[in-house]
Amino acid sequence: MKSLFAFFSGLLIAMSAMAQEVAPDALIKSVTNEVLDIVRKDKDIQSGNTKKAIELVEVKVLPHFNFTRMTQLALARDWRQANAAQQKTLTDEFRHLLVRTYSKALTEYKNQTIDFKPFASKAGETDVRVRTEIKQSGAGKNIELDYFLEKSAGGWRVYDIEVGGISLVTNYRDSFAAEVRNNGIDGLIKSLQAKNKSGEATSVKK
Amino acid sequence: MNTTLPARIKSVAISVAAAGLLAGCATSGNPKDPIEGFNRAMYAFNDGLDTAIIRPVATGYDAVLPAPVKTGVTNFFGNIEDVFIGVNNLLQGKIPAAASDFGRVLINTTVGVLGLIDWASDAGLEKHDEDFGQTFGRWGVGNGAYVVIPVFGPRTARDTVGLVLDVATDPVANHEPARTRDLAIVLRLVNDRANLLAADKVVEEAALDKYSYIRDAYLQRRRNLIHDGNPPREVEADAEQVDRPVTAEAEADAPRADLAPVSVLAARTDAAENK
Repeated sequence: MKSLFAFFSGLLIAMSAMAQEVAPDALIKSVTNEVLDIVRKDKDIQSGNTKKAIELVEVKVLPHFNFTRMTQLALARDWRQANAAQQKTLTDEFRHLLVRTYSKALTEYKNQTIDFKPFASKAGETDVRVRTEIKQSGAGKNIELDYFLEKSAGGWRVYDIEVGGISLVTNYRDSFAAEVRNNGIDGLIKSLQAKNKSGEATSVKK
Repeated sequence: MNTTLPARIKSVAISVAAAGLLAGCATSGNPKDPIEGFNRAMYAFNDGLDTAIIRPVATGYDAVLPAPVKTGVTNFFGNIEDVFIGVNNLLQGKIPAAASDFGRVLINTTVGVLGLIDWASDAGLEKHDEDFGQTFGRWGVGNGAYVVIPVFGPRTARDTVGLVLDVATDPVANHEPARTRDLAIVLRLVNDRANLLAADKVVEEAALDKYSYIRDAYLQRRRNLIHDGNPPREVEADAEQVDRPVTAEAEADAPRADLAPVSVLAARTDAAENK
């Protein structure tokens, strides 16, 4: 019993040390490299197997994202209108939507490389932006891909992603607001559910 | 069909403006998109045109041509475009950027065989993205209303004026003889569209309502471009506050601060530096 306690407390210390050790830019770099290494070797994902890409994202990427915060940002002021159960459903459905979108993007991956921009953090910062750039092979302008992270008890968590200056989270703000204005929180939940259902149907088909 | 393209653009711009005035009374409640009804109709038209003709042609083009050829086409038109990117950087007072753009043209036109190979990027001269709409934005001209233009797609009122200038000074649209001109215009359009096929699928996956998803993405993108990748985040938050009156309870509302994470961060670092 004693040794078990020692083991768990040792584990806790190790885990918190790990959480403190991984700087936000190092986190983005290691997750990006890990995921792209897998995609580069996986012919199924490259040929458009969204289901497999979703599995990859769920295991490797999801733990580092804060979806509650993302949903809150996307709903802006309407978040407060939703009760706890609605907030949970909204977060689940929005997570679903973002994961599918992200996975779809992975299946479109073609030899691009990621350039990690220099990152300078100031001591005590809890909210940072990590800049990366997608380099197209051959032609085309590079695309900036920026991650916004905040520090939490469990380490740094991504709460927004900007692709070429377009926030994948706040881009939903106006359409969510319009939906809530017209059909209420439940209307938004329904349309998110419908969207996710139709997406599932197409990703199974492919 | 013997009118020149700029003339055609002009007439399109005029009819868009006229339609905008007519539709102006039918407001949707979104201050960024006062002519939403008209825009949605125009969006449906463009989407139909895309589905029926442009996308199938681009898909075929994408499937048939080997990647190096497509890259060459993109680079060729990109090289011509770089001249105008340089001019716009000059107009915006960004001399080093303009010098880099003209350097790109010099390298790519010669060593890069008439622009087919983009050696300049490999040499560290980064490709920029500028146009007259961005130049006006840099000079302080606001967006104006969001407008969906036939064939060209999303613009703001300011970018529509920019587009007229872009087209009027476009060497591809203005060169003679007309046959190679038309061929070049079509090739560029198809190639540009083919480059967007992947993004297309992602938008399809992401959007609850494609019209507003594309609108908001366009507006965010333009804002980002005008500020060369560093738009001030607080302006957005201010706009939000103007749109919806701030209530006393919002003061105590934690998520409220989330609306401008970077500006909060910036304010914090500023304060730290001032100490």
